[in-house]
Amino acid sequence: MSVNYIPRRFTVVRDRDLCINCGCCVRQCSNECHYFTDDNEKVVVNSDNCVACHRCVDLCPTKALRIEKYVCDYRDNANWTPQYQQEICRQAETGSVLLSAMGTPKDYPIYWDKILLNASQVTNPSIDPLREPMEIRTILGRKPEKISVERKGKSKTDMPPQVILETPIMFSAMSFGSISLNAQKSLAMAAKKLGTLFNTGEGGLHPDLLDYTDCAVVQVASGRFGVHKKYLENSRYIEIKIGQGAKPGIGGHLPGEKVNIEVSNARMIPKGSDAISPAPHHDIYSIEDLRQLIWSLKQATDNKKPVAVKIAAVHNIAAIASGTARAGADIIVIDGFRGGTGAAPTRIRDNVGIPIELALAAADQRLRDESIRSRISLVAAGSFRCSADIVKAIALGADACYCASAPLIAMGCHMCQTCNTGKCNWGIATQRPELTKRLNPEIMHKRVENLVNAWNHEIKEIMGGMGINSVDSLRGNRLMLRGIGLSEKELEILGIKHAGE
Amino acid sequence: MKKVYAKEELCLNCRLCEVHCKTAHSRSKDIIKAYKYEDPVPVSRISVYGDNLGSAAVSCRHCDHPKCVEACITGAMRKDPKTGIVSVNESKCIGCMTCLTVCPFGCIKIEKTAIKCDLCQEDGEPACVKNCPNGALVYLEMGGGKA
Repeated sequence: MSVNYIPRRFTVVRDRDLCINCGCCVRQCSNECHYFTDDNEKVVVNSDNCVACHRCVDLCPTKALRIEKYVCDYRDNANWTPQYQQEICRQAETGSVLLSAMGTPKDYPIYWDKILLNASQVTNPSIDPLREPMEIRTILGRKPEKISVERKGKSKTDMPPQVILETPIMFSAMSFGSISLNAQKSLAMAAKKLGTLFNTGEGGLHPDLLDYTDCAVVQVASGRFGVHKKYLENSRYIEIKIGQGAKPGIGGHLPGEKVNIEVSNARMIPKGSDAISPAPHHDIYSIEDLRQLIWSLKQATDNKKPVAVKIAAVHNIAAIASGTARAGADIIVIDGFRGGTGAAPTRIRDNVGIPIELALAAADQRLRDESIRSRISLVAAGSFRCSADIVKAIALGADACYCASAPLIAMGCHMCQTCNTGKCNWGIATQRPELTKRLNPEIMHKRVENLVNAWNHEIKEIMGGMGINSVDSLRGNRLMLRGIGLSEKELEILGIKHAGE
Repeated sequence: MKKVYAKEELCLNCRLCEVHCKTAHSRSKDIIKAYKYEDPVPVSRISVYGDNLGSAAVSCRHCDHPKCVEACITGAMRKDPKTGIVSVNESKCIGCMTCLTVCPFGCIKIEKTAIKCDLCQEDGEPACVKNCPNGALVYLEMGGGKA
């Protein structure tokens, strides 16, 4: 159809005084917005396909380019906003489910921004992390109910397998297929240097990553892609993915065009075939079934690997978390509804699930009330934008946090939210060889490493201000939190007091 | 000696090396002036060949036994015995293009005189290496890396 009733989103503005017509933008834009005139003299632009990924803006040697929002007013209507009208037009044209990528951009309350942190004044001393030791080492895994010690001080207790992290920040699951191998390699290299973990997602483990198995989390998801004994053994812990925050209750679909020979080998599926993860695990219809799978995975790995279960934050999260803990999981990952994705139905992403702050607080409280909190480690996921968010999550009860969007942004992602198109100009969410090579792991792992190191410093600084010298003393320490502008009910669920109290 | 090596698996075909080489070899050293207002227009010593799928930046290899030096009819082309850098003495060069025809890599351009990579002697690291956004150009001792 020649007319699609939808105005374009952005305008690329070219400053002709600055443009030297070098054509860098022409060669870099995978959406083909920039092109040369027929005589190859001048670069011109057609903004129709611009997604505001800023590749051209950032690479332009004279900074001659600028992206503007394309303003085309509709008659004011608080109900029928331009966005809904445009989405209707898109569906009228295609007849298909709307797809989106990355976390929901909708204006739901972000509780991190409504929680304030405490600091020491007079009555207890604050600590300077530059002068005094500050512990952020985090240990995940089931802790024994009690420890018995021999006379010489040696433990007689059989310790369940533990995972030692040098920072409470881990990288969340992003499969090879949804992101490029170079992106995954960058995360793996950074994780190794930082003493933390990256996660294979459900895409299997590429042979190039075998050097990084001591910092890998391998996922077993409903599609069971790439799962075999070696895969399970090549990990620090195994994660059963039940749900994802961005699309609870929904499976995954990696389109066949992204399944090149490398992806097909890693996932153990035919080249070019769609990789479809069913919505449920067809062998898990109850907590008892989950217990069986956890048991099988532990048996397959000689009881050497902890098993995590990742669930999306939904309404009965506290009860589900309790059931999961009782099913024998060592780690439970709760993924909030603002979590990212490579592709999700827009309506699901923007309407299903609950915020991680509330889910985390509710689950932690429930596990404590039932005296099973020490049986399980709690990992929070679903959009941590800065170190303060992480400190708040730990104080709400998380053992560690999964971050994905932040490291992707460090690698060049500009949140253009079009991962599903496979045209990622930054070489992250694509398998096209001309695009994936734009991400050099040697450069990018350093940037990710810098980011996490910077956050580590900030976490230590914030903890020092509170007079706390170990992340273990911060965990679940909700007295360090105060709400601002929250209702009684919200404060009750978060288990914190209002500012001033 | 240190040379510029291109890693084609990392080359983006953005050709910013050409832009920055041209600027580094302009009179003003200013990118806008170099492209828009200088006469004669400065020439880039490095060229990217290929397309987005496969490309590589090619510049003078500063060969051990340079054909261009052997072939030069005026003695303008010279390999410095100390630094190993092959350079043109512009006052001697007559622009006869003999060097261009014998260079096995096609790294010499001719305007009025021969023009070729001088490894940005004044500025330490060559401009192309300094400004490559993806680390596709490296400045290494010979044999120091896989080119």
